[in-house]
Amino acid sequence: MTEPLLSVRDLHVNFGTSEGDVQAVRGVSFDIGKGETLAIVGESGSGKSVTASAIMRLNFGADVRVSGSALLEGQDILAMSEEDVRLKRGRDIAMIFQDPLTALNPFYTVGHQIAEAYAIHHPGTSKKELRDLALDSLTKVGIPEPLKRVNQYPHEFSGGMRQRIVIAMALINRPKLLIADEPTTALDVTVQAQILELISAMQEEHGSAVLLITHDLGVVAEVTKRVLVMYAGRLVEVASVEDVFHSPTHPYTRGLLNSVKSLDSERHSHLEPIPGTPPSLIDLPSGCPFHSRCQYAASLNGQCSSEVPELKAVGNSLSACHMPTAELSSLLRSMQ
Amino acid sequence: MFYFVARRSFFAVILLFVVSIFTFWIFSALPADPAALTCGKNCRPEVIEANRARLGYDKPFIVQYGSYMKGIFAGRTYGADESGVHCSAPSLGYSYDRHECVSSLVAKTLPVTVSIAFGAFVLWMFFGISLGTLAALRRGKWPDHFATVFSVVGISFPSFFLGLLSVLFFVIWTKILPFPHYVGISENPAKWFMALILPWCVLAVLSASTYIRLTRNGILEVMNEEFVRLGIAKGLPRKTLIVKYILRAALTPIATIAGIDFAFLLGGAIVTESVFNLPGLGKLTIAAVVNSDLPILVATTLVSAVFIVVANAFVDIMYGFLDPRVRSK
Repeated sequence: MTEPLLSVRDLHVNFGTSEGDVQAVRGVSFDIGKGETLAIVGESGSGKSVTASAIMRLNFGADVRVSGSALLEGQDILAMSEEDVRLKRGRDIAMIFQDPLTALNPFYTVGHQIAEAYAIHHPGTSKKELRDLALDSLTKVGIPEPLKRVNQYPHEFSGGMRQRIVIAMALINRPKLLIADEPTTALDVTVQAQILELISAMQEEHGSAVLLITHDLGVVAEVTKRVLVMYAGRLVEVASVEDVFHSPTHPYTRGLLNSVKSLDSERHSHLEPIPGTPPSLIDLPSGCPFHSRCQYAASLNGQCSSEVPELKAVGNSLSACHMPTAELSSLLRSMQ
Repeated sequence: MFYFVARRSFFAVILLFVVSIFTFWIFSALPADPAALTCGKNCRPEVIEANRARLGYDKPFIVQYGSYMKGIFAGRTYGADESGVHCSAPSLGYSYDRHECVSSLVAKTLPVTVSIAFGAFVLWMFFGISLGTLAALRRGKWPDHFATVFSVVGISFPSFFLGLLSVLFFVIWTKILPFPHYVGISENPAKWFMALILPWCVLAVLSASTYIRLTRNGILEVMNEEFVRLGIAKGLPRKTLIVKYILRAALTPIATIAGIDFAFLLGGAIVTESVFNLPGLGKLTIAAVVNSDLPILVATTLVSAVFIVVANAFVDIMYGFLDPRVRSK
C-alpha cells in the first residue's frame, strides 16, 4: 500500500474549563490517501470539527491539550514548530469554513485577500501577477464579471458567492489537502449543491485530497467514497459510503440514518430520532459512550457500560460495537 | 463616497443650526435678566434699560438670535454711535463683566485648551492602545494584570485628586517640575511643555484607563472572529495577522469614540484647568458661571457644541473611509 497523504494516530484533544476537562476528541486514528475524499460525520459536539482544526493546529485557548500524531507526508504536524506549521497552512493544507458571511476580512477587497493567500507562500510575486492570479481564480470558481468583482468588498457578495471566494482562496496554492468544515451548512439549499459540485470539480483539477466535515448525510452521499462516523469524540464506524447507507454496522449510524427522511421513505412514516442526548464530554459515561442511548446495550449483560469497544472489522466496515459480528450483520439485514 | 461626505456635512450644518438656536433659547429663557446682570447691585434702572437697548435684549428672541448669527459672520457693534463697542467677526457677544468682546476672550483661552487636549489625546491614545493591545495579546499574563490594575486605579481616581497629588509630588516634594505657569508655545516651547506635562498626564491616565479596556476587549472579541481564524489558516505571519486583521478591525470603532472624546476635551477640561491654574476655556467657563456672565456662557456652550458636532461629522466620514461596509450604505 502506498503511503497515505495524511495519517492521524491516536489523536486526543482536551479543553480545560472551569467545570472540568472537556474531552472533545479521544483517540481518533485515520488515513487519507492522495486525492481521496473522506467525510467525518457526526452530531454537533461529536468532535468532528475539533479533529479538523487539530490537523491544522487551529485549536486555540489557554488550556488546550492535543496529543497523538498527524503525519502529513511523514512529517508530524502536531510536533512541528509554530513557524513550520504556519508555512504548511494555506500551502499544503487549506481550510474552508462553515460561515462564509464571517470568514472574509471585511476591510479588504476580495481580490486583495485571494492574492494575499498566494503572496504569503510565494514572496516576491509581482502585483500584476497577483492580480492576474486573483482574477483567474475568481473566474474558475464561477464569479461573474471578475474584473469588476475583484475590487469589491466581501459585504457586496451573497453567501454562496462568498463561499466561492473562500474556496478560490483555499485552492490558490494547490494544497495537498483541503479541509472543508461544514462548507454548505450556512448556505441556501439551492446553493449547497453548486458549492459541493465546485469543490469536487476543483478537487479533480488540482488533485487535492478533501476532508469533509459535516453533519449532513446528504452531503456525504454526494461527494465522498469513505465515511468516518464520530460520536462523543471517538470513531464509531469507518465504512464506504455505500455501506454506511445500505448496511450500517454501528447502532449509532443506524440511528442517524433513521432520523433523516429520504425521498423513497413511506409518505406517512415517522422519523425515528435517537432517544436521549449525547453524553457530556466532561463527565463521560464508562464503557461505550453510546450505551445509554443504545437499544441493544441491555442484551449484552453490562459489557457496554464497562468496556470501551474498539474498532473491529464487520463485513467491509470497521465498527466500534460490542455486539458479536454475526449478530450485527443479521441486525442490519433485518433493517433493510 | 463623495455623496456620503456631502450628505454627512450637510446634516452637520443643519445640526449646528438647531443646536445654536436651542442653546440661545435656553439662555434667553432663564429667569435671570441679562440686562440687570450688566451692572452691579446698586444699579439705577436707567442704566439697566440703556444696557438692555445696547445689547439688544429688548428685542424679541428671534431678532436677538438673528443679530447674534449675523455678528458671527460679519462682526457686530454693541450700542449706537461713538459710545458703541465693535467686536469684529466672529463676534460671540460682549461681556459687560469683563468689558471685552467674548470672541477675544475665547481666542485667548482656546489655544491653552487645544494644547491641553492635544497633548493629553496623544498620550492617552498611545498608552491606552498599546497597553490594551499588549494586555489582549498576553491575556492572563502579567501585562494583562498590570493593565487591569492600571485601568481600575486610573478610573477610580478623580482628576482633581490625581492632579493635586501630582503637583504635591513633582512640584512641591521632589521639585522636578516648576510650578505650572502657562506660556504660549510660540513664546517659549520648553516652558509651555513643562507647564502642560502634568495636566497631560493626569488627563491621559484617566482616559487611557478607559481606552485600555476598550482596546483589550475589542481585540479579544475580534480574535474570536471567523475571519481571523481563516487568516491563521491561510498561513499569515503573526505580525500581519495582528496588524491587518486584528487591530484593523478592533481599532476602527475605537477611532470613533476617540474623536468624540477629543472634541469633548476641546470644550474645556474644567477641573484640570482649575487645578493647574491654566487659563483655558474651562476656566473661562467656570469664572463666567461664578460671575453670572451670560454672554460668555452662551459662547463657550456654543463653541463646545460646535466641536462636538464637527467631531461627530468628521468621525462619521472617517469611519466611512476606514470601514467599507459603512461607505456603501
